[in-house]
Amino acid sequence: MNACWIILQRDVRLASRRPSDALMPVVFFVVTASLFPLGVGPEPATLRQIAPGIVWVCALLSSMLSLNTLYAGDYSDGSLEQMLTSNTHPVAVAGAKAVSHWLLSGLPLILASPVLGLLFDLPPSQIALLVASLALGTPTLSLLGSLGAALTLGLRNAALLILLIVLPLSIPVLIFGAGAVASYAVGLPSDGHFYLLGALLLLSALGAPVATAAALRISV
Amino acid sequence: MNYAPRFFTFAAPLRFYRLAGAVSPWLYGVAALFALAGLYMGFMVAPVDATQGNSYRIIFIHVPAAWMSMVIYLAMAGWAAVGWALNARMASMLARALAPTGAAYTFLALWTGAFWGKPTWGAWWVWDARLTSELILLFLYLGFMALVEAIDDTRRADQAGALLAVVGAVNVPVIYFSVRWWNTLHQGASISMTAAPKMASTMLTAMLLMTIACWAYAFAVVFVRARAIVLEREAEAEWVRALPEFKEKGMP
Repeated sequence: MNACWIILQRDVRLASRRPSDALMPVVFFVVTASLFPLGVGPEPATLRQIAPGIVWVCALLSSMLSLNTLYAGDYSDGSLEQMLTSNTHPVAVAGAKAVSHWLLSGLPLILASPVLGLLFDLPPSQIALLVASLALGTPTLSLLGSLGAALTLGLRNAALLILLIVLPLSIPVLIFGAGAVASYAVGLPSDGHFYLLGALLLLSALGAPVATAAALRISV
Repeated sequence: MNYAPRFFTFAAPLRFYRLAGAVSPWLYGVAALFALAGLYMGFMVAPVDATQGNSYRIIFIHVPAAWMSMVIYLAMAGWAAVGWALNARMASMLARALAPTGAAYTFLALWTGAFWGKPTWGAWWVWDARLTSELILLFLYLGFMALVEAIDDTRRADQAGALLAVVGAVNVPVIYFSVRWWNTLHQGASISMTAAPKMASTMLTAMLLMTIACWAYAFAVVFVRARAIVLEREAEAEWVRALPEFKEKGMP
């Protein structure tokens, strides 16, 4: 547990020393989401309808974008090898890295999403739901994504490969995350979506670190 | 009598290479024969469908291709897992040989589905749960192939591919149900493929013949590809260098 805490602290400290790198995903998130009105047209009714989907897709892409740096630095300077040969169980290392990815890329997205909700003219209740669905869904993305990052460690096209590998696996999260807001908007209950998002989070929290640890053993 | 070694006889690349080389021409023959018989049944014998006319006849390739796409994914994940867990090289090679065929069948199922959808539904594509999950299956195949191709070290490539294939196989039901619920929630295409009229027995026969043809073709082409992979990986081995096909061409 102690080692996990140290890994977390270290990643946060490393990110704080390079704030421009750490802010890249959230800037990407806001910029891509604001491209959609320019492409689709400024009709407020249309934008309101597609806003949850846009915000979710952009969140998904931006959290994938920051994945290839999750293990790459530690891998190239050898500290990943040290972590894996230390007393800490590889599953704990994988879990801690997934949490640190979520802290550094998922949490900023959640904090930025209300602003995007305002840009798309969503009512406050839907913005709140959007934030809640992102809060429940983005940890799953980080967990699944860290598996992709571990599998593609040190490869030439790691960034693109991660997208190709992880995006199909993260489709359920996208469906239930965006669906929660969309179903609320048409007057349907959205509890079911949240339960399923929670179930996906539990499943991936149990399975993904184990798989990621196995992938790290393969790759390192 | 000790039967244990027999079980692993064809795990040796040399024996597999010989067996696959001997069997694959026959499998091609079986595939061609059954395809001819199936196409004859499908086009000449099976009656015209009451509601869809002649356009339904694409079912004879569409449904077997869709079946193969799913079966091959499971086979691929299974062999990859065996190769990873037991460190069996031949199983890993077989998994890699299966992937392009599986992807090809998935693509074929999607494409013939589009051809079938245009006359019957009036659209090349609808975001129906089955179509969408088949499309995602294609993405899973592409991800697997891209990952194993990107890794130069064969051992790492096999193991990473195995892990990804197994994770994908575990995810397939989750993806399928999420897409189904997503579809019903959106009240999208109000088309039900499950409510199709009962099939005439000749139609079923034609489809079964085509299914056998697809299986045989898949086996044949996977064996040929696996043989190529064996040659590639075992190029330094004594027995490969002693092969007549190597000596004739004067390989380095």
